[in-house]
Amino acid sequence: MKETMEETMEEDILALLKENVIQGRRTKDDEGVDGDMVGTPAVLELTQLMVESDIAPEIIIKQGLTAGMQVVGDKFATKEYFIPDMLASAEAVGAAMDILKPILEAADIETKGRFVIATAKGDIHDIGKNIVAILLKGAGYEVKDLGIDVSPEKIVKVVREYKPDFLGISALLTTTMVAMGKTIEALKENGLRDKVKVLVGGAAVSEEYAQEIEADAYCVDGFHAIKVLEDFQKVKT
Amino acid sequence: MAREGILVHSPYERMTEEQIKQIHHASVQILNDPGMISFNCEAAEIFSANGAEVTSITSADNPCWLVRIPEKLILQAINSAPKIVKLGARNRDNSLFLNGEEPRVFFVSGSETNIWLDVDFPTYVKKSDPGTEILVPEFHKRRGTVLDLCQAAHLCEHLESLDAFIRSVNIQDKDIIEDNKDVNKFFASLNNTTKHVMAGLTSLEQLDNVVNMAKLIVGGGEEELKENPIISFITCLVKSPLQFVDDTSQTLMEICRRGLPVVVSSAPQAGSTAPMTEDGIMAQINAEVLAGITLSQLVNEGTPVLYGSVPVRARLDTLNDSYGAPETSQYNIDCVQMARFYKLPCYATAGVCDTKIPGQQTSIERLFSDILVTLSGPQYLHCAYGLLDCNSTFCLLQAVLDDAHFQMIKFFLRPPRISEDEVAESLKQIRAVVATPQKLYIRYIRPLMRSGKLSMPYPFEGDGETDNVFALAHERMKQLLAQPVEHIDPATTKKIFEEIPGILSRLNVYEERRKQ
Repeated sequence: MKETMEETMEEDILALLKENVIQGRRTKDDEGVDGDMVGTPAVLELTQLMVESDIAPEIIIKQGLTAGMQVVGDKFATKEYFIPDMLASAEAVGAAMDILKPILEAADIETKGRFVIATAKGDIHDIGKNIVAILLKGAGYEVKDLGIDVSPEKIVKVVREYKPDFLGISALLTTTMVAMGKTIEALKENGLRDKVKVLVGGAAVSEEYAQEIEADAYCVDGFHAIKVLEDFQKVKT
Repeated sequence: MAREGILVHSPYERMTEEQIKQIHHASVQILNDPGMISFNCEAAEIFSANGAEVTSITSADNPCWLVRIPEKLILQAINSAPKIVKLGARNRDNSLFLNGEEPRVFFVSGSETNIWLDVDFPTYVKKSDPGTEILVPEFHKRRGTVLDLCQAAHLCEHLESLDAFIRSVNIQDKDIIEDNKDVNKFFASLNNTTKHVMAGLTSLEQLDNVVNMAKLIVGGGEEELKENPIISFITCLVKSPLQFVDDTSQTLMEICRRGLPVVVSSAPQAGSTAPMTEDGIMAQINAEVLAGITLSQLVNEGTPVLYGSVPVRARLDTLNDSYGAPETSQYNIDCVQMARFYKLPCYATAGVCDTKIPGQQTSIERLFSDILVTLSGPQYLHCAYGLLDCNSTFCLLQAVLDDAHFQMIKFFLRPPRISEDEVAESLKQIRAVVATPQKLYIRYIRPLMRSGKLSMPYPFEGDGETDNVFALAHERMKQLLAQPVEHIDPATTKKIFEEIPGILSRLNVYEERRKQ
């Protein structure tokens, strides 16, 4: 009986977590879409509560966070939700992943992968890059954001030390996108090219340019990046 | 409750105060010399009885009089004409209060077009690549019918930005004759929209039938209709330059005697029936409208009138009207200023285009005058929803496109939200965002997104690089026409068909349903 009650409570909290992901509520102070939930526990508080209740992180991720994000994705596809909604939900999931990360590591459970992201050398335009970072974190990737105007040398150093599965480089300007090619060259020169998948994007970049500099993929936006990464995972498995 | 329209906080003005006074004085001089030529005997007699100098200039077969109107009569009329005019509606929430001293704009359809433009979307196949197919709009002209008018009123009922309905189709069915045209056009309009209905009269003989129909709808007599005037009239009693037309002058006088709201309008064409110069056409049109308003007040002091202006520039290649010309908007804005100078509600014109079908030139010409004339703050803006080809063609698809434009214009005219509290909140937001690694304000958009405080994307935006505006607007049009409309109730409909002669049986929706 006790077990059943605990199971019911677990299901209720997971449902609540999923709903808060859909509402895009990171903390109890957030309004959410409906605007009448301020003060009630949100993704951060509920994740913390579940961790303290020894609910397995895989269950939290699968039945709470990912299930919620799936609904958010559907709503976005039907234009019920817009980018700010998507980002709010992704941010909330990202915050939950920060809580779960040490537990996943301690239990030796793999995340979807490590993703290093940067804006190309000479470029300071980072709105798109920031949005991609939030979405990827929300999708379950461990994201390391190197910021703007990042040199090929710095990227090589991080790839060598942090050992990411993926590297994303963004450029808005035609004058700075050449730094993407230089970064890929630098990875080759340092024997790191086959250690990391390189994804490129940004207003100046195109599919053709990505092929020209021998990137692994060109991504139109953050949602496309998630799709590309899923395709990589399928190939891997 | 009443419709809110949109208040223009700082109306755009072309003329200085001094220039407005110059136009006024020029108009007063015109009304004294050369004066107005009246082809209507009673109007000449009324002016004469009230101190105007009236001289017969009758030729053998053309009785007419020269009427020199003294300034005193004009000023008295301006003074006695109501500064606030109420236009009622079947649904009282759709009533309009037009205040001559307040630049609050209401958007209205119009005019009476002969041609109805249908649209369909045949599929075209690319010759060099037969696998590629596209839908291309094709437009088909035909004469408008009473059922088209029903459909136009039905659509306009559901156009969000549209505040009142001026009948937009000239009904040309075989069984429509002069004796039944007015009752049918008013009934078709009133039965398919709960917004205010305005139209011109074809036959003065039909005025009382139309008024009695309106009384039946408001469920009362003269006083009830005056309290909720669900109908009003537009009269073009002046033929430019400076002539009172016999029959429309008579119509104006009879409407005034019934105390119902009426637009006193003049429609000179700069270059042919008025001077091409801005001061010239303005002095003349202002004189013509003031002459009409003076007559209205002499007939029945306190008659609710709108200062009606439809000035237009002539095309030099054909001498047709050129509504798309920038000068046409200049003249209209000047008229708005003159009406405001007299504190009278203004019926102004915008949105009329020279083009014959929807397209890029149509959008450019329409938006140009829609935006500019709206910014000048006329109270009752005939903005030609769905009209094409200088007001001679009506197209439902174009009306849907126009509604989207006016929603954007209305949004733009919202007052700035700047206050101590708002600024304090923004400072808090800026400081909070700057402290975050991503430095994005996006999360703060969410509370605004569903509050109606943000404008929505253009509703007919295609996917990717395709232009699907017409096809998407057509879909919207079908959706709006599929929405029900609140018809006049069955009991009142029955009474109308019993008491008002000449209404076509096919307009009785209850009988038509019963037959099916």
